[in-house]
Amino acid sequence: MAAPVDSASDAVASQTNMPSLKTLSAVSPLTLRIIAECPVTKARACDLALPHSIVNTPVFMPVGTQGTLKGITADQLEDLGCKICLGNTYHLGMRPGPALIEKANGLHGFMNWKKNLLTDSGGFQMVSLVELSEVTEEGVKFKSPYDGNEILLTPEKSIEIQNSLGSDIMMQLDDVVSSTVTGPRVEEAMHRSIRWLDRCIASNQNPEKQNLFAIIQGGLSTDLRKTCLDEMTKRDVPGFAIGGLSGGEEKDDFWRMVTLSTDHLPRHKPRYLMGVGYAVDLVVCVALGCDMFDCVFPTRTARFGSALVPWGSLQVKHKQYAKDFQPIDPDCKCPTCKRHSRAYLHALFKNDTAAMHHVTIHNISYQLTLMLSVRQSIINGQFPDFVKTFMKKMFPSSDKYPSWAVDALASVNITLDQH
Amino acid sequence: MKLELTRVVQGGYRLGVLKEIGRATHLSLEVPGCLLYTRCGTVPHLTHDTLHTLSNLPSITQLTLSTVVEHQEVLEEYKDGFKKFAGLHDTALYCSLHDPVTQSPAGYVTNKTVSVWGSGGRIELTVGRFMALQKALRPDLYQSMADGETWQGDASSRKRIRKSVDRTLAHLDECLLIHQQTAELQGAEVLGVVEGGDSLEERVRSAKETAKRPVGGFCLDGFQTGSMEGSLRTQLIGAVAGELPEDKPRLLQGVGRPDEVVACVEAGVDLFESFFPFQVTERGCALTFDLDLSPDPERAVLELGEEKDEAWESEQSGDVQLEDQAETITPFEMDLKDTKYRDDFTPLVEGCGCYCCTNHQRAYLHHLLVTNELLAGVLLMLHNMAQYNAFFRALRGALAGDQLEPFKKRVLRSKRVA
Repeated sequence: MAAPVDSASDAVASQTNMPSLKTLSAVSPLTLRIIAECPVTKARACDLALPHSIVNTPVFMPVGTQGTLKGITADQLEDLGCKICLGNTYHLGMRPGPALIEKANGLHGFMNWKKNLLTDSGGFQMVSLVELSEVTEEGVKFKSPYDGNEILLTPEKSIEIQNSLGSDIMMQLDDVVSSTVTGPRVEEAMHRSIRWLDRCIASNQNPEKQNLFAIIQGGLSTDLRKTCLDEMTKRDVPGFAIGGLSGGEEKDDFWRMVTLSTDHLPRHKPRYLMGVGYAVDLVVCVALGCDMFDCVFPTRTARFGSALVPWGSLQVKHKQYAKDFQPIDPDCKCPTCKRHSRAYLHALFKNDTAAMHHVTIHNISYQLTLMLSVRQSIINGQFPDFVKTFMKKMFPSSDKYPSWAVDALASVNITLDQH
Repeated sequence: MKLELTRVVQGGYRLGVLKEIGRATHLSLEVPGCLLYTRCGTVPHLTHDTLHTLSNLPSITQLTLSTVVEHQEVLEEYKDGFKKFAGLHDTALYCSLHDPVTQSPAGYVTNKTVSVWGSGGRIELTVGRFMALQKALRPDLYQSMADGETWQGDASSRKRIRKSVDRTLAHLDECLLIHQQTAELQGAEVLGVVEGGDSLEERVRSAKETAKRPVGGFCLDGFQTGSMEGSLRTQLIGAVAGELPEDKPRLLQGVGRPDEVVACVEAGVDLFESFFPFQVTERGCALTFDLDLSPDPERAVLELGEEKDEAWESEQSGDVQLEDQAETITPFEMDLKDTKYRDDFTPLVEGCGCYCCTNHQRAYLHHLLVTNELLAGVLLMLHNMAQYNAFFRALRGALAGDQLEPFKKRVLRSKRVA
């Protein structure tokens, strides 16, 4: 079994004890306590203390884009054991706007969510959702889809909005380029992201209660990633995200960039891999040393009737389930599986939105339970076995294992069984 | 099934408790009251957990045949009845023919069949198929098959109305016959359907004839909101009620507006469907009754008595335009999409104990509505159900305390929230 390591006791002491010299320098409102490290892979289990509760990592963070998690109440989300979810700065900045949310005591007050919130910078949505966007050194320029006005999102503006939202973790504005783009634009974006990080740090009005994470860029280039890592890790930020991935690049490139990043990130700070949420990706990237993940996939796919299960997914709306009286997953303990059958959900999808809510709840539960199991196996020193069992359940035979996953796991000393 | 009436006003309202509902002998429901409206066994937008944040849910759940008809084969294979199939809580199940919210196209009724519309289109039902469905669903009570089309035409002819009464009685006899021969339906109750359109004579005949049959209660059909003037409706219901035995419940279909509910209670109706809060939810509105929401009805009544008389037009409810009433915002609700609620950080209704009001503010609901978020439907449905239940509770309290007139002044005069 891996020994528990306490890497943050100093920080804890400085926060809880009387004022000391340390308080003169900025102490981030975050401590990371490493509970266990896998002796074989780079996986780790940590307790991440944030202003609104401790988060057990590895953690999947569901996405509540517009201050709500698609049809699920805050109580339901909390009952599922969720300790941190996302809000999107771009959407919330547009509607209802930062001033209103600030009046409502921040996004926590506005949506009445008592646990932690992470907000993105708004930059990614601008590039992905808004056609007319132009990136300059100053910021991202785009046309509002609501009133057509030209808006400039600068690093300062992004942080100002996120300060109003009051999230526990804020993301720096980064210069996002598609992971499939190559050439000098990638390098420019990487360097600009470093400069924007400095501007973000300088403009954070609430460093004592809001954590600002840096985002590692550099496309699929080892050199650029390294440069970015070198530069950004010089900054005293509470945590790091690995960005610019999960955008349609080859999986072989994806995992190499992830593992390169975790190799160079400081051990005592959380590592957040952005936009990753497929079960296999989660398990592999935990093995590569990532702590935090987010993705709209589990909740989005739920609304189309796709339920996540240990053997992949189950399309509730397909005819084959019309007379299937088992729960989605007989081993699942979520409120949906405890009460409803595939057949009932199949029928309900023709009648009411509650069918979507049932599957959304199941899928969030699946993601959170998966991460809990991953964590427990790390603490028990059995993570490599867990990965092998997980892969066996997920794929009907070993020749179906995706080669990137096999390679990635091999890179951290897990050789999958043939079956 | 037993209806214990504690108070009956001759030619007027009835107050009491419906006990031993079908096979759910341990359940009871206070009348006047409402059922729990569902689609396919689900209160719109709500999961089991969200629904049960509400206390005092009506103990009868309404299922409409149109939302399950296409799953007949599935339910027949399932064998254990709809309640278990849907994972319903401990409730009595009532099965009605049509969904009160969705108007079915007219012109598809024949001598031997009626049609319902599922998600896949029209399905024609004979009494045989209708009863096969009931056998698979195993409700505690259900309405008999009925030809309820007369209200949909502008001017239903006398002849067509008479035919609908005759057909409905014939269907009832056939239903009762099969009912008695069906082991799966033992202990369940059949509600006979009273038709007769806008004809007093046919209404009375339908009521008299239906009352002769061994039914557990009565369904008053063809009085849907929008089908006739309120005054005509209450006059006809009063006449029908006069022909029905006192000891059996009367369920009115298609009427949900609070002012219409009160008028129909005064005419002798016991039970209503609760589709109204759903309609309010779907237009992005919240019910805002001026009720004392304290659980003690006695106190509520005392406070009602202290209310000062204000400008009160008692005929107001009868003057509403008939068409499109279902889409019109009633005076009992606030339109949360209105920009004035954008920065309103108060609960929907001060003092309302529902999940929405204890956790969220108008500004948040406004945001959810303008951004088309699914949670808006969830929260509004919870609030509107809570308000509607509270309305019925307060109404019963007023009837018990002989305070109906003050209740009407206070609750029905509600103007749209400023």
